[in-house]
Amino acid sequence: MKVMYFAWLRERIGEPGEDVHTDAETVADLVEELRAREDRYAAAFADLSAIRVALDQELAEFDAPLAGVREVAFFPPMTGG
Amino acid sequence: MGVRVQVEPFVLADELKGFGVGSGVGAQVTFTGIVRDDGGLVRMEIEHYPAMTERAIAAMVGTATERWALADCHVVHRFGKLKPGEQIMMVATAAAHRAAAFEAAEFLMDYLKSRAPFWKKEVTSSGAAWVRSKDEDEEALGRWRPDRPVKGSAGSA
Repeated sequence: MKVMYFAWLRERIGEPGEDVHTDAETVADLVEELRAREDRYAAAFADLSAIRVALDQELAEFDAPLAGVREVAFFPPMTGG
Repeated sequence: MGVRVQVEPFVLADELKGFGVGSGVGAQVTFTGIVRDDGGLVRMEIEHYPAMTERAIAAMVGTATERWALADCHVVHRFGKLKPGEQIMMVATAAAHRAAAFEAAEFLMDYLKSRAPFWKKEVTSSGAAWVRSKDEDEEALGRWRPDRPVKGSAGSA
């Protein structure tokens, strides 16, 4: 699946997105896999209360299942307007 | 009825050509957000999630249109590098009465602030920092809970 990062998450991880091969069942499981990869991921995902997630461009929760999802996006709370 | 996300500035008068002119329209409300210089701001950099942004805003517009029986609704939001004094975004609503037009515009503003996928970075002479979301912006959404009565709602129109 495609995983995307925005704002300071993108800066901390160092790329806007990547293709990830995973068997993670939920968003939280995917986050655990990413954290275990490298320090920059562990640092970016240190505080999940500061991160929001969208599955196929719809806001979702961290316990949401990933079955059938094509695009996961992680970002800080939004600051539009 | 429309939603647009763009880098270019917009001209309010052009955006309102032909807007909300149907029969039964008695009120139009427009709001324009401006990059505010709180001191030392060089520019604002706005990032967004292209695949999601217009869809998310269109969903908000759909909710507002149903809830307040809007005759018309239009949203433009910019991204990229913006200088102090430049426009960031605009919302226009049209309805039979002003209460619905004002409330729907406020609803859209509150939702655009914390549910549309935009992120602002402030660049000052001393460095750059991402704007943090405010608790009060999140709390502002509470007043639009579906069980709260609204003025000039579709139900009471």
